[in-house]
Amino acid sequence: MLNGYGGRVLRVNLTDGTFRKSELDPELARDYLGGRGFAAKTLYSEVEKGTDPLGEGNKLIAAAGPLSGLLIPGAGKTTFAAKSPATGGYADSNVGGLFSAEMKYAGYDLIVLEGVSPEPVYLFIDDDTVELRDASAYWGQGSITAETALKNELGEDFQIAVIGPGGENLVKYACISHDFGRQAGRAGVGAVMGSKKLKAIAIHGTKSIPVADVDEYRRIGREMYDYCKASDAWEVWVRLGTSGVNVPSNEWGSFPTRNFQSGYFDEIEKMTGEYMRETIVITDKACFACPCACGKYSHSKKWDIYVEGPEYETAAFLGADVAVSDIEDVAYGNYLCDELGVDTISAGNVIAFATECFEKGIITSKDTGGLELSFGDSEVVFELIQKIAKREGIGDVLAEGVKHAAQVFGGDSADFAMHIKGLEISGYDSRNAPAMMLAYMTADVGGHHNRAWAITYDIEVGRDAITEGKAAKVIELQHIRPLMDCLGTCRLQWVELGMPLDYYAPAMQAITGVGRSWDDLLHIAERVWNLTRAFWVREVDGFGREWDYPPPRWYTDPVTTGPTKGKLVAREDVDKLLDMYYRQRGWDGNGIPTQEKLDQLDLDFVGI
Amino acid sequence: MHLKADSSKCTGCRLCQLACSLYLFQENNPKKSCLAIVPQFPDPGVFGVRTCTQCGECAEVCPVECIPQNEKGAYYIDADECIACLECVEVCPENVVFTHPDDEAPFECNLCGECVHFCAYGALYIE
Repeated sequence: MLNGYGGRVLRVNLTDGTFRKSELDPELARDYLGGRGFAAKTLYSEVEKGTDPLGEGNKLIAAAGPLSGLLIPGAGKTTFAAKSPATGGYADSNVGGLFSAEMKYAGYDLIVLEGVSPEPVYLFIDDDTVELRDASAYWGQGSITAETALKNELGEDFQIAVIGPGGENLVKYACISHDFGRQAGRAGVGAVMGSKKLKAIAIHGTKSIPVADVDEYRRIGREMYDYCKASDAWEVWVRLGTSGVNVPSNEWGSFPTRNFQSGYFDEIEKMTGEYMRETIVITDKACFACPCACGKYSHSKKWDIYVEGPEYETAAFLGADVAVSDIEDVAYGNYLCDELGVDTISAGNVIAFATECFEKGIITSKDTGGLELSFGDSEVVFELIQKIAKREGIGDVLAEGVKHAAQVFGGDSADFAMHIKGLEISGYDSRNAPAMMLAYMTADVGGHHNRAWAITYDIEVGRDAITEGKAAKVIELQHIRPLMDCLGTCRLQWVELGMPLDYYAPAMQAITGVGRSWDDLLHIAERVWNLTRAFWVREVDGFGREWDYPPPRWYTDPVTTGPTKGKLVAREDVDKLLDMYYRQRGWDGNGIPTQEKLDQLDLDFVGI
Repeated sequence: MHLKADSSKCTGCRLCQLACSLYLFQENNPKKSCLAIVPQFPDPGVFGVRTCTQCGECAEVCPVECIPQNEKGAYYIDADECIACLECVEVCPENVVFTHPDDEAPFECNLCGECVHFCAYGALYIE
């Protein structure tokens, strides 16, 4: 049995209802570690070129990492991955909570879901017992409702990953929900689950996870926890979580406002982290074994709902980007998205886009079924979220994402459809943050921030600068952060509490018994990054540089208000950034990995 | 002296349970720990914590008298003597005498203090 691992792979064929358990391949563990590494390798090797993301050939992956479920701060991350229905390229989305820990206690590192079930089912796993069970009673239920019902039926100890109506209705940015408010939110992994007629996975495990040197592992783990608890940043981080970023982001001019017309929201008083804490937060809620709970569980008296959050990203997109200014209204929008099972980032982005189209006369009330869209109207936001999840009226167009909606609405709307590679951009306006913009342009799932949160580097070294150093920083972050996803742990102890990265290689050695340096681990992260790039090259005809450009708004429309007013990154600077990035990565001028680079990374099975 | 919890500070992370199993069994397995986290979600959105009060009812009911007290005054089950009748599990008013499929003998809090050390939120204390 491999130290640090659950030890097994579970494959479920939903078409014929069969299962297959196998030992985890030690070479897969050695070369890809776990989590998104397992996901990327499995998708590249097993999903055939040209597969319909919502068809029988796509595979949905759930993967834990070697640190998941262990005494390592934040070791509660699960990767869900598939070929994306939103972009047609690579998708993974990771979720905090307790799921990956439970996978490993049940003895599984990787669950591969194949085929399409003829009827709605849920996957029941209790240690070695695996069953597909009838889910007709749960089909149609909201995520929170269904999770509650499944726990009532199976027991509180079961961990649940579940989709809502958004996933069932194949909304392209449907999410997979877990633990009453956490989501694998991005790039439509919930729609893939819905396409397979899989309502939920319920898992429970009672096994122990073996480690190579239990004394050394406990010693390092204890040091890591002691470091986190003693961090000066601990108190504020736990008090506010990611909502503590609302005000700084606004002051940086990066808080997406009115469909990214601005990066500054002038009605933020009722959306600050402190205001939220004082008015609606009732419980600090942590992922598995996390010493710095960023989950803020809230109760809105105004709407009488319970919701985890709103997180920073949700405040950005169901708040500033649609110009809704009361945290209780943001919380209600958040609740609707969570219950209906759609990503708050993409949903808010799409609604903001539709609102700008309406205000510019590109669409009218004839297109919206009589709805009058205007920034700041929370009732319309709530109505549109429901229409999207149910694919009613204009919701059917918006459910396809902002790229598709721009094609339908026409006019010049594609210029302000805020996506990259078909994925709606998340919460940082980057017109005065070129490194952050480059991070978005090159993120391996499309417009997402968490592969390289480079905006702090822009602020540190000079925001207007277009330098080789910025491209280098983006690449450095794109290896460190995804490495955490491979390991199955969270990056925020490092980012927010300053926990040294030096802990991880010795911890991995004590846990797995395999001696590897931090650089050895980063080499694996680079392998995974290039493999996901190769997935895009294989799956998307003509893929290359054109796909890395930001939406025209970011290089043609200056920011309208706030501290970054007048700023943009000119198109020639966008090209400079890409040239620097490709060269440093060892890719050609079109952004395609060279054979030499693939050879360096032992990706000999990749044909480009 | 016993383990107490301020459940309003519990975040539901289960680190206490993991640290407990590592101390007690040298294993990574929250299902082999001596305290219980009881999430109450979505409504009212709080965590409950159940801990041993060292009331001694387990020792009183044990037919083979294999639940003595350690140097800290904590009751513990001597697995070598235990006949796995599980009467201690049934009598425990807090439901904190635990069993696991790997082990015949139940187990309970021995006041080692590992959970208190690891909890970052101050939700657990011994007094």
